[in-house]
Amino acid sequence: MSAILDVKDLQTSYGKVNVLAGVSFSVQPGETYAMVGESGSGKTTVIRAIAGLAPAQAGSVKFDGQEIRGLPERAMRPLRKDIAMMFQDPIGSLSPRVTVRNLITEPYRIQGMKNKDIDAEAKRLLALVNLPSHFADRYPYQLSGGQARRVGVARALALEPKLILADEPTAGLDVSVQGELLNLLNELRDRLGLSMVIITHNLNVVRHIADRMGILYLGRLVEEGDTEAIFDRPRHPYTHCLLSANPEPDPDAQLERIALKGEPPSLLQRPSGCEFRERCPVASDICQQTPIWEVNNDHGLRCLTPR
Amino acid sequence: MSDTLLEIDNLSVDYETERGDLKALRDISFDVKKGEIVGIVGESGCGKSTLISSILRLTAPNTRFRQGEVRFNGDDILAMTERQMRDLRGSDISIVFQDPMQTHNPVLTIGRQLLDIQHRSKATTAQKLETAAKMLAAVGIPDPQARLKQYPHEFSGGMRQRIAIAMALMSEPDLLIADEPTTALDATLEVQIIERLKELQSEMNCAILFISHHLGVIAELCDRVVVMYAGAVVESGDVREIFHDPKHPYTRRLIECDPGHIKTRARILPTIPGEVPDLVNLPDGCIFRDRCEQAFDKCQQVPALDKLKEGHFAACWLNHPEETTA
Ligand SMILES: Nc1ncnc2c1ncn2[C@@H]1O[C@H](COP(=O)(O)OP(=O)(O)OP(=O)(O)O)[C@@H](O)[C@H]1O
Ligand SMILES: Nc1ncnc2c1ncn2[C@@H]1O[C@H](COP(=O)(O)OP(=O)(O)O)[C@@H](O)[C@H]1O
Ligand code: SF4
Ligand code: SF4
Ligand SMILES: [Mg+2]
Ligand SMILES: [Mg+2]
Repeated sequence: MSAILDVKDLQTSYGKVNVLAGVSFSVQPGETYAMVGESGSGKTTVIRAIAGLAPAQAGSVKFDGQEIRGLPERAMRPLRKDIAMMFQDPIGSLSPRVTVRNLITEPYRIQGMKNKDIDAEAKRLLALVNLPSHFADRYPYQLSGGQARRVGVARALALEPKLILADEPTAGLDVSVQGELLNLLNELRDRLGLSMVIITHNLNVVRHIADRMGILYLGRLVEEGDTEAIFDRPRHPYTHCLLSANPEPDPDAQLERIALKGEPPSLLQRPSGCEFRERCPVASDICQQTPIWEVNNDHGLRCLTPR
Repeated sequence: MSDTLLEIDNLSVDYETERGDLKALRDISFDVKKGEIVGIVGESGCGKSTLISSILRLTAPNTRFRQGEVRFNGDDILAMTERQMRDLRGSDISIVFQDPMQTHNPVLTIGRQLLDIQHRSKATTAQKLETAAKMLAAVGIPDPQARLKQYPHEFSGGMRQRIAIAMALMSEPDLLIADEPTTALDATLEVQIIERLKELQSEMNCAILFISHHLGVIAELCDRVVVMYAGAVVESGDVREIFHDPKHPYTRRLIECDPGHIKTRARILPTIPGEVPDLVNLPDGCIFRDRCEQAFDKCQQVPALDKLKEGHFAACWLNHPEETTA
């Protein structure tokens, strides 16, 4: 099987600041891949760089076998049909004076597809996200948070993308609406064979939606693999800290937290040896060497003395 | 001296709309004691943000206060002058918004903004810059000196949110109001912020009104929880009682829907079917009735928010055995 998305050694710098220091991962057709990691570790930058919305000075991004890194906007535009972005607040950034019908069919106009039956398309898209067709006439402010997200999904689906890149798609949603949206994304994946890359801080979401997950630290993956396997047995000390921090919905829960020491290191002066060394609860002398990325049985790891 | 900091009594707030009055808050009553951390939970659209903006008197122009009182340290907030309100907001009450972009001016560097909020201080600019850099470091932002020269868009979402939290804490307020302050943060940072807020409570006896959809965070941080549904308080009580012995079907469903409880991968997550009722045309009877699996005849009447025991309140006829067996 060939990957729908294959990212190799992706590098991004803003001036002197090296934000992504070689990120590699791939997504198979129909697969959902979750990217987690510390705030500021570069998650948003990864998906923006894939979509050509952030610089990517080196590396390779192959979409469906075709190299797309550094393509000029003109060459990128037709590809935006196949790669849809979902932003955190899909409605808030759009004009409140535009109806849902026009919002969700706007991608057709952007792509210059004039011979579409807008009414029929709006109906089709709304049905896809389980909204009644009369919602076409509503304005954004007349939608609840969950409905607004659904409209965002409908818009992302308008051009029948093969790949969805979603940044925090459920942030700010209450648990019931979040459940609805995740059920919908799961259903669409099964029905349309969609592939997805999802960034989220909500580890409970990762566990329920992602087939595979990657853990980013300081612009590099430190661990990657099957979601269930990683939740069952995180091998990288950072992953272990992260998963142990997840707050439990029980005031009496006895959490065995592994505290993460200190602050994220400076990107201007990356630490020597293992970049997690200063904060790692199990670091030893050997960690002055630089760990390499090792892949065994579909599981990637960057640590000299894994758990 | 009373130990109550914030008192909300029978507060009702409408929004005037073309379709008629939208009854966003109806008869809300609860207290926040000094140094207490109170969590507010509820579906989106249930009125959490309206409640906060009413307490701060930062409401939209079409807002109408219909009844009730909001008292802070015994003073009626709704009767204060604009000037008194501004003083209160700058010093005694601080806020962290849901969207950190609301807090930061996009055309000013973060350093400039951190200087501006110290306008009351007599320190020199150099000292203020020093304080600002320390603040950034305290919320885990590397290279604080260099970062002071950057604009908000040059920070990641989580960094902006941490800066907003640091800014809100600068005045050492008596009450911190936080509207979903940790959604943009990863779990380790979220825990750090929770710890920071707990410290703040114990060191400065600062009370916190904390809104979040993340029930795990509420369970870990809060002393008491207020559950809102469609503009009304349906249950409130001690955090343990709310999580272990909820007395309202909505609270129960909300806790069941939390994927944090479900440890193996579920193909289909539980949800609460149906929608929040239209607040312009309120239905008769219990506000949760058309989504409640346990509704019965009596629910055609509105249940009052009853005191079930000291500090635990719920608005549901199921807590009246004489009604359920009738
Ligand atoms: N336009 C920009 N100019 C300069 N620096 C930037 C820019 N965008 C992002 N950065 C920097 O790149 C780093 C990674 O940012 P990014 O937004 O990818 O983080 P993230 O992992 O998505 O974090 P979060 O979880 O907090 O959203 C941060 O140090 C950030 O300050
Ligand atoms: N300025 C406004 N005019 C009219 N309706 C509003 C306004 N602001 C909020 N609302 C409505 O009031 C209700 C409560 O909203 P809000 O307080 O934002 O809820 P929450 O913060 O719990 O999501 C919703 O039905 C919302 O659509
Ligand atoms: S290489 Fe050493 S410092 Fe780095 S993560 Fe592994 S144990 Fe920790
Ligand atoms: S009063 Fe009736 S409808 Fe309302 S929550 Fe209780 S059982 Fe359900
Ligand atoms: Mg981000
Ligand atoms: Mg809100």
